[in-house]
Amino acid sequence: MTTEPFVVLAALLFSIGALGVLVRRNAIVVFMCVELMLNAGNLALVSFARQHGNLDGQVAAFFVMVVAAAEVVIGLAIIVTIFRTRRSASVDDASLLKY
Amino acid sequence: MSPLLTSFSPVSAALPMSSLMTPAPMSEAASAVAPAAAEGVFSLMWLIIVLPAIGAAVLLLGGRATDRWGHLLGAATPIASFVLGVVMFAQLLGRPEDDRAVAVTLYDWFDAGAYHVEMGLLLDQLSVLFVLLITGVGSLIHIYSIGYMAHDDRRRRFFGYLNLFVAAMLMLVMGSDYLTLFLGWEGVGLASYLLIGFWQYKNSAAVAAKKAFVVNRVGDMGMALAVMLMFATFGTSSFAGVSAAASEASVSTLTALGLLLLLAACGKSAQVPLQSWLLDAMEGPTPVSALIHAATMVTAGVYLVVRSDFIFNEAPAARTAVVVVGVVTLLWGAIIGCAKDDIKKVLAGSTMSQIGYMMLAAGLGPAGYAFAIFHLLTHGFFKANMFLGAGSVMHGMNDEVDMRRYGALRPFMPVTFLTFAMGYLAIIGFPGFSGFWSKDRIIEVAFAENIWVGLAALIGAGITAFYMTRLVLMTFFTRRRWAEEAHPHESSAVMTMPLIVLAALSVVGGVLALGDWITEWLSPVAGIEHHEAGLPAWVFTILITVTVAIGVAVAWVLVGKRDVSSTAPANVSVATKAARADLYGDAFNEAVLMRPGQYLTRSLVYADNKGIDGTVNGVGGLIGGSSGWLRRLQTGFVRSYALAMLSGVVLVVAALLAVNLA
Amino acid sequence: MIAFWILAPIMVAAAVGMVLVRKAVHSALLLAIVMISLAILYAVLEAPFLFAVQIIVYTGAVLMLFLFVLMLVGVDASDSLVETIRGQRVLAFVAAVLLGVILVLGAAQAIVGPPEGLTAANLEGNVPGLASLLFSSYVLAFEVTSALLITAVLGAMVLAHQERLSPKPTQRDLALQRVRDYADSGKHPGPLPSPGVFARHNANDTPALLPDGSVADSSVSRVLQARGTVREAPRIRRTPGLPDDGSESAPTTGNDATTSGEGKP
Repeated sequence: MTTEPFVVLAALLFSIGALGVLVRRNAIVVFMCVELMLNAGNLALVSFARQHGNLDGQVAAFFVMVVAAAEVVIGLAIIVTIFRTRRSASVDDASLLKY
Repeated sequence: MSPLLTSFSPVSAALPMSSLMTPAPMSEAASAVAPAAAEGVFSLMWLIIVLPAIGAAVLLLGGRATDRWGHLLGAATPIASFVLGVVMFAQLLGRPEDDRAVAVTLYDWFDAGAYHVEMGLLLDQLSVLFVLLITGVGSLIHIYSIGYMAHDDRRRRFFGYLNLFVAAMLMLVMGSDYLTLFLGWEGVGLASYLLIGFWQYKNSAAVAAKKAFVVNRVGDMGMALAVMLMFATFGTSSFAGVSAAASEASVSTLTALGLLLLLAACGKSAQVPLQSWLLDAMEGPTPVSALIHAATMVTAGVYLVVRSDFIFNEAPAARTAVVVVGVVTLLWGAIIGCAKDDIKKVLAGSTMSQIGYMMLAAGLGPAGYAFAIFHLLTHGFFKANMFLGAGSVMHGMNDEVDMRRYGALRPFMPVTFLTFAMGYLAIIGFPGFSGFWSKDRIIEVAFAENIWVGLAALIGAGITAFYMTRLVLMTFFTRRRWAEEAHPHESSAVMTMPLIVLAALSVVGGVLALGDWITEWLSPVAGIEHHEAGLPAWVFTILITVTVAIGVAVAWVLVGKRDVSSTAPANVSVATKAARADLYGDAFNEAVLMRPGQYLTRSLVYADNKGIDGTVNGVGGLIGGSSGWLRRLQTGFVRSYALAMLSGVVLVVAALLAVNLA
Repeated sequence: MIAFWILAPIMVAAAVGMVLVRKAVHSALLLAIVMISLAILYAVLEAPFLFAVQIIVYTGAVLMLFLFVLMLVGVDASDSLVETIRGQRVLAFVAAVLLGVILVLGAAQAIVGPPEGLTAANLEGNVPGLASLLFSSYVLAFEVTSALLITAVLGAMVLAHQERLSPKPTQRDLALQRVRDYADSGKHPGPLPSPGVFARHNANDTPALLPDGSVADSSVSRVLQARGTVREAPRIRRTPGLPDDGSESAPTTGNDATTSGEGKP
């Protein structure tokens, strides 16, 4: 099986994730969309690993997972902290840094 | 004192310039004699300046603690300086003729690249005369002031300022560099400002002080430019260095230098066109007028010209300018003196006129330098005498200055009258009195130089006789025109004693000219050159005496024989009106300088406000406005930023792709 | 191949749904679908190790963390889907479509020829192959990763930590507070009643019945009440006429017999 369908799927998922980041206001959902984008990237990496016949892409995907895990931990901690003080998880509410 | 002395003596080595200099030929400029190193009493030369300076510092910084004895200290310091000066003068007399210049280098003032200025003092034949005049007349005036200012509760401060003046004036005449001279020059300007405005609660005094200061700044600008030009041309501004190099400089440079120095001299000596401040300066206390605005400070210009003989000798055009300034001023001041009713202003006009004589003589070059200084000294005596006499009259007349309110004061103030009369006879050139000797020489030399200059000087002598006679008649003779509450009385001994001394000097000042002593004395500094007029000297003497007699007679007819009204008559000739208005000098300044200056300033302010500020504010407003518009992009919504970022990503990827596909 | 064509539409649909659904929990569940499908695709792409890691780390750990936080933040809070920023939705859609198109175009440029396959690379097994890479070429990155994880743990602890501003109440304080509340407002000092427990029905959503047969409201969770998923106590009361389950046909109101008393024997 050729690689193209996988890559196209990855592109689609990435775009959908980006769209989600832009339109959703719940910070947790935004985070999930970011995870979706990361996963799409992983899919592309693994696909290209198979395309090129070596395992470097898989290693990269592995690292992405690690980074994503760390990011989720910190991100969610931040969300919880914000929620604790503002009683809201909407990204639009934290908009004091403006003109 | 001795450790202080030893710390100074090693510094007081010979001038470094002396080795570079070769004595200039006598005919060119005799002033280039290398000054000798100071030893013996001359190593104390700095004390002459420092004593009054210490006095000023103590009196001005000491505050009320010094109120009780401040005037005594103030009078003591110039006396001490005078004693030192006399001792040094005696020492100089004992030296050989070409070894009478003594220089002391106190310390390096500053060292800026190629420009090296030493704080050095120079005591030669010229400056020692000035030192004696300043400290001698200064001491007398200090003593006089003890009585004159006795009722002023700020007498201590007055003495502080006077001491400051004496110190600065001594700095001026003893500096061995144009820059140290300039230091004293500015110092006397400051002291003059402070003393004219001493009664600053009077608006007229405050304004007069400001006027004197501002007009003097014009002259000081000339001085500063001259020093800069010297540095640019010669790389030095010391008298020795400039005089050594002057003969090699181009005539145009020297002419420029001479004109700049003349500008400086005009400012300080109240010569036309910078004459306007002197009459107003009479707002100061009378001892100030006597010391600063008659005897010493205003003669600084003459000193400057004579001291710069090595420049003026090489620049005939500049010398001609000096002569012109002198002639114009001597007539100008004399004419003003004829019309004024304020006794001090008459004397001020007379001062201008007499300094005009000195400038005229100084402008005549080596032929006239010595006579300029001679007249300067005798004028210092008799004019100080007359100013102090005028002060004494005012003192007895409740500070009345209008001569039309005087009259017939002779029996009430015998000492004042007699001393004043000595000064009067001296200034008009009554044969035998000091002014006779000094003024006659100048007129004689002027005739030798140019018949018209001589005639102007002769006419000036006649006018001088007229207005001085008018002054004496209106004050001491004619009928009483006193104010009702006036009780004229003779002043106390502390005031009359200096008058007597000065009167004696006015009478016998002419002895300086005995056997051409002063000419010989000054010849190493100022050069000597005899001009032979077409006629023998006795012809001039008769001519001048006759002119003076005519002036006196006219005054007797116009003033003494008539009834002088106690108010100034209003319907007078155009000439009198002009003279009363200082020959429209102030009006000229106002119309030609002040008004256009104000318009210029106003238009500049307008251009600044509208043009430059407008541009700057416009740019600021433009940026501010567009910023206000742009900042709307900063919504604070993270999703907006994310959208912008995604758009950027799309663009970058598209660009990469486009490059790849291309 | 078949797996891809089955899973790809599911994944896309789930991803789109994730963006569209209102409730965050639903989004999380849809994300789980995408991730598990992705794991299967990893397997298809000859990456068995990543298959396992995807399931364990992502679906198992990360997603559970999301759910935990959702529970903390409030599971009943649902997003309003009304857009507040003008033009955001349209512009975001356009940008996303453009991005997708460009990415597809770009990726298509990058692929030349058929895939080489990982048969050779996986000769000694996928895990040993990855391990040999990880501990040779990528060892530095690997070590840095550990530092990253430690930092993340510390960061999370710092962020989640809350400084105690008042002393911790002791048992004695709590007891005194309870009694004081009772004196002030008549609040019952004892524990809340437990939910209804029946022989055949034992659940948190069933309220307890009081001796007079009425419902004890405080015996069920407030959240369940808010959701409206509480069973009605009278309907589960056992009636003599119906031997099995009386919940559907129970006579409704006005019964003064104590249910618990009758149900227990």
